[in-house]
This record gives sequence, structure tokens and C-alpha cells, in this order.
Amino acid sequence: MSNSHFVRTQMLPPQKPPVGETGVIKWMRENLFSNWFNTLLTFLGLWAVYALVSGSAPWFLNGVWTASSVDECRAIIAASAGEGASGACWAMINERWHQFMFGFFDREEYWRPLLAFGLLFVALSPVLYFNLRRPTMIMTAGAGVVLVMLLWAVGTDGWHLSLAAVLMAALAALAWVAPKKLLWVTLAFPATAFFLLWGGSVWAPIGVMLGFGIAVLVWRSLVSVIGVSPAAGVAALTALIWWGFVQGHVTGFLANALPFFSLPAEDSDRFGGFLLSFVIGVSAISASLPIGILLALGRRSDMFLIKTLSVGFIEFVRGVPLITMLFTASLLLQYFLPPQTNFDLILRVIILVSLFASAYIAEVIRGGLAALPRGQQEAADSLGLDYWQAQRLIIMPQALKVAIPGIVSSFIGLFKDTTLVALVGLADPLQGVTKVVKADIAWKAAYWEPFIFVGAIFFIFCFSMSRYSMYLEQKLKTDHR
Amino acid sequence: MANAAKMQVTDEVAIQITAMNKWYGQFHVLRDINMTVNRGERIVVCGPSGSGKSTLIRCINRLEEHQAGTIMVDGTELTSDLKNIDKVRSEVGMVFQHFNLFPHLTILENLTLAPIWVRKTPKREAEETAMYFLEKVKIPEQALKYPGQLSGGQQQRVAIARSLCMKPRIMLFDEPTSALDPEMIKEVLDTMISLAEDGMTMICVTHEMGFAQAVANRVVFMDQGQIVEQNEPKEFFANPKSERTKLFLSQILGH
Repeated sequence: MSNSHFVRTQMLPPQKPPVGETGVIKWMRENLFSNWFNTLLTFLGLWAVYALVSGSAPWFLNGVWTASSVDECRAIIAASAGEGASGACWAMINERWHQFMFGFFDREEYWRPLLAFGLLFVALSPVLYFNLRRPTMIMTAGAGVVLVMLLWAVGTDGWHLSLAAVLMAALAALAWVAPKKLLWVTLAFPATAFFLLWGGSVWAPIGVMLGFGIAVLVWRSLVSVIGVSPAAGVAALTALIWWGFVQGHVTGFLANALPFFSLPAEDSDRFGGFLLSFVIGVSAISASLPIGILLALGRRSDMFLIKTLSVGFIEFVRGVPLITMLFTASLLLQYFLPPQTNFDLILRVIILVSLFASAYIAEVIRGGLAALPRGQQEAADSLGLDYWQAQRLIIMPQALKVAIPGIVSSFIGLFKDTTLVALVGLADPLQGVTKVVKADIAWKAAYWEPFIFVGAIFFIFCFSMSRYSMYLEQKLKTDHR
Repeated sequence: MANAAKMQVTDEVAIQITAMNKWYGQFHVLRDINMTVNRGERIVVCGPSGSGKSTLIRCINRLEEHQAGTIMVDGTELTSDLKNIDKVRSEVGMVFQHFNLFPHLTILENLTLAPIWVRKTPKREAEETAMYFLEKVKIPEQALKYPGQLSGGQQQRVAIARSLCMKPRIMLFDEPTSALDPEMIKEVLDTMISLAEDGMTMICVTHEMGFAQAVANRVVFMDQGQIVEQNEPKEFFANPKSERTKLFLSQILGH
């Protein structure tokens, strides 16, 4: 019966799928017990998880938080859980946590790095959340609450505690009223953090920031006259002259004339633990992204010299281990600098770690650039946008979006690599501080506890970065596939 | 169908191409191109693929560099001088085969970007202009969507509106309908026809011979990087002179 003539008179409405094809049962049947082999693997997996948890749980559960030495920990564990029972000796962390956090920073001054840490999140909030009112406010207020709790926990005096509380409340209010204004906090953050951490006269960091301000002014007044690149060159030169020859006199004079605002100076060799990791990590992360962008653009440039320099820099830096760079920072750099220049070791390390990271970031961004269709550049050109406008408004937003996972991976790697500074004698939290703590005969026998503690803190921050990058990818998704 | 009264061709020269040659490495893509376009002219460029027609119009706003001869656009000669290039580009609109909208920006932002950054128009005014041109291409309701949410035909109309927002004096179309589904070709062609009726100077690379017959006042046929034949559309289609043109027409009109 052949019937080639057919006309549908009614379109079919959508129907529900069969009952057995949805829900938990279906998922388990498909994913865990689809055949005998997978069933076997499921049970093997369950057994492995059980073995791991039952093996390590007593060690965590028997943990002792208050004791004065590892031997005392063991005695307490033996008394409570029976002879031969294993257990963690968290008392070590409980007693020495401040060294893991702040290194050898003056205990009276703990409020300073903590306030800088709180302000870091305030400074980040408008950047991370595009000036959106709600998340910016939540992040600022959250940072404020955590900061006050931390300050209270380290026993800050009432005056500094209330000062910090009022400041953070004001910033949270500002975030609610005018989230865009918080960008000024972001701009002022490097100098503020420097002043809080290293102390000394307030005029020195202000002088450094003024250098940037002068550069921006020069650039703005020249850019329409002589074009983007020459204006940037002149601006950079002016700033260098200011920093090199003028700033010292001006800030020295101001420090003498107006000696009101100053904090007790803290030397770089007092920095250690997570304080050190954060100073190096945050500085290097924020410096390596712009440098990486410029290197990636340089590598794609038509101009032979710029292209060669970029390629040479990237390939050289990527070809050399980070540890070589760190040794360069600590030993070799002194030979090239004029004698009597006291160039801070942490600063040297920050510069070389930034350069190291920027080479990797540049390659990640180049991957993002390569993913863009050529038509985007052509469309920007055909509308009359100049090179820098096209890069800033069209190319980079899209390339960076593609490169987010790679960039964040680089950042996470960089943050964890800050522990390598132990090799040049800085007290990183993992090796440097642990060594110092274990030099005390009371804690010599502890082994796992410091690693687990430090590892957990690294995990919290690295995992947060990773979650943020996923939020960002979701947020920037406009292709609606 | 097209409103002939408005479609006046003037004596003023918009584009003057003289003895222009271009090579890709050793390959001679454009050979001795001479062409004058008057203001208000609507020119359709056709030819087999690889004949250099896209390259030709991409030279007019210097997306491609020519190596010999001169191109004058609105009295400005295209050389390696970046100032001249930017000036010409802001006067010449271009519509691409693959639309090339900016996927990370909304339709409205796509339209206002260049006026704000290149022309320094205030944002408010740029948005008003953008809405005016979105009305003109008949999709004002899509202003706040992203390009990825629009159909191909709608995207191409947005691309046309984006170029128009710069108030160009010349429009270049590089196979604007080749990447579209048949259902959507008409809406884009209608937009282009209404643009022609407004007196826009247009150069259009296309295989839509119906469009050529309706609005073009000159058809240029290219092959192997040179202009083989140009004529009024009626003559061109009814009476092609060269063998190459005859063969081409028989192939694209033959079925």
C-alpha cells in the first residue's frame, strides 16, 4: 500500500519523556551499574574511598590543639585514644600560626598587613565585578567583617581596630553609593599597601605614585599631538626622571617638613609566611597581565624590531627555570647595579617573578588572539578605529575571554611558585617558616601538620581563583550556543 | 521597483583608481585596474571566484595594500600615511560576507562604538543615531540583544546599520548575501535597495544578478585580476561583448 500523498492537519504538541528515563535511578543505572565490569569498578572505588577515610580519620579526629610540644601531644593522644593511636599535633599550628602568616613581622604591628589584606579585596572588587553594585558591595563588606574578626583575633588595640572598622564601613557604603569610585581605591592600593607593610614616611610611596600621575598627565597632553606610542615613551621618560632625580629631594623635604604621617619601618627580612607569598603573588599577578598583553601584541606586530624583541624575551624567559631567575634576583643583579644601591631583595624577586610570569601569560593571550577570526580586526579597521582602540575595545576583550582558563592557570601556578623563594633565603610559608618552627626542639618531630595547614590555605585561595574564573566565563558568555 | 528619481548620478568623482596593481608575493592579483566612480553611482562587481573582485574593493579602504598605481577616495590618496587611511576608513562603510559584528557587545553597542570613539559623538546622540538606523533596517527591537542571538539576515542588516552610523559617503559590500540562507537574502537586498534609493554611492561585489538589474547603473565584470567588461546592466546582460563574460553569464544564469 503505497501512499505518497500526506498532509499534516495538526502539529504535534511536546510530550513528557517515559518515567524510567529520568531521575536518580536512571543516573545510577547509566553511570554506576551499566554492566558487570562497571559495577565491579563502582564497588572497588567505594572500597578505596572507605580505606582512605578510615585510615586518615583517626589521625584528624585525635588531633590535639593545645600542648606545648609534640611529646605532650603524643602523651595526650595516648591517654585519650589508647596506646599506639596516631593523631595530629595541631598545637604546633596553634602556637606558631602567626609565623606561618606574618613571618617575623612585629607582633604589635599585625594590624598593618591585615588592613592591607582587607583593602586588597576592596581594591579588587570593582575590577573583578565590573563596578556592579551588589557583588562589589558584598565583597567590600565581607572583607570588612573578616578583617575586623582577624584584627580582633590577633589582639589589635582598640584604636586601630575601630579605625579599620570605620574605614571598611565607609568603603562598603561607597561601594553601595558609587561602585565606580572604588576604582580610586584600586589605583591608590599599591602605595597604601606599601606604606602599611614597610612603614616609614608616607611621602615616599606618595612620591612614587606621583610619578605615575605625572606620566599620565604628560601622556594625556601629548597623545593627540604626537600619537600613542611616542607619547607613551615621553611619559615613561618623564616618570623615570622624576623617580630617579627629583622625587628623593621632594619627598625628603616633605618628610622633614611634615613628619606627621609615618609608621615604624619594617625591614624586608622580617617578611615571611603567607605575608610574603601574598606580597610577591599579588604584585607579580597584577604586573604580569599588562606586561603579558603588551608582549602578546608585540609578538604579532608588523614592526620587525618590536616583534623580535618580544619573541626573544618570551622564548628566553620560558627557556630558563624560575629558580635561575630567582638566583639572578638575589645574587647576579647586585653586580649590574651601581654600588651602594640598596635594592630590596623582595622587590628584585617581585620584578623577576613578574617578568617570568608575563612570558607565559603572553603566550596564553596569543592563543586567545589566534582564536579570533580575522574579520574582527578588519571590521574594526573598516570603521576607522585606530590600532590601540581596536585592540582595547574589540580584540583584547574577546581574546582575554578565550584565554581566561589559561590565564587563571598561570596565576595559580605563579601564586604557588612563590614558595620557591625559599631557595634564595626568604621565609616562604612551606619551607622557610616550617624550618624555623621546627628548629624549636619542642616541634622538631612534627611532620605532616605544617604541610597540611599551609596546603589547605593555598588550596582555599587557588580554588577561589578557579571558581572566580568560572563565574567570569559564564558572565562573559554572549554567544548563546 | 527602485525609485529612479532620487538615484541621480552626479559628475563629482568619489573614487578614482588609476593603473592600480597588486601582488600577493609573486602572484599578480590585480592587474592595471582603472576605474572611476561618481558620487551616487551604484556599481555591481561580479566575476568568477579568485578573479580579484573582493581584493579590489578591500583596496578601496586599504584593508589590502596596493603596490602600484593610485587610489583616490574623496580626494584623499591612499598611501601608507595612517592619518589618510583612518580618514578614508571613517568615510567609507564596509559590509562583509560574514557580518563581522562584535560578538561581545550588544547590537546597540556595536552601532555606537565607532561614532563614540572615532567621531567623538556624545553617547546619547550616538544612541539616537543608532536607533534611527536600526529602525531603518527594521530591527529596533533587537537593540539590547547580542549578535549571537540574531539570525544571519538580521545580523547582516545590523552590520549595514553599523556602517551607516558613521554617516559614510561611500558603501562597500563584499558578497553581503553569500553566507545567508535563501529565506534571508531578500531582507538584506531590500535594505540595500532602499539605501540605493537614498542616493548612496555603492560598490557591491555580489552574484545577485536580480539586484544588479534593479539598482546598478553599471556592472563590472572581472576575471584573472582585470576588468574584462563594464556596461549598463541592460546591455551587460542582454549583449555581453566578451567570450569570457558570455561563459560566466551562461553559467550563473543557466539554471
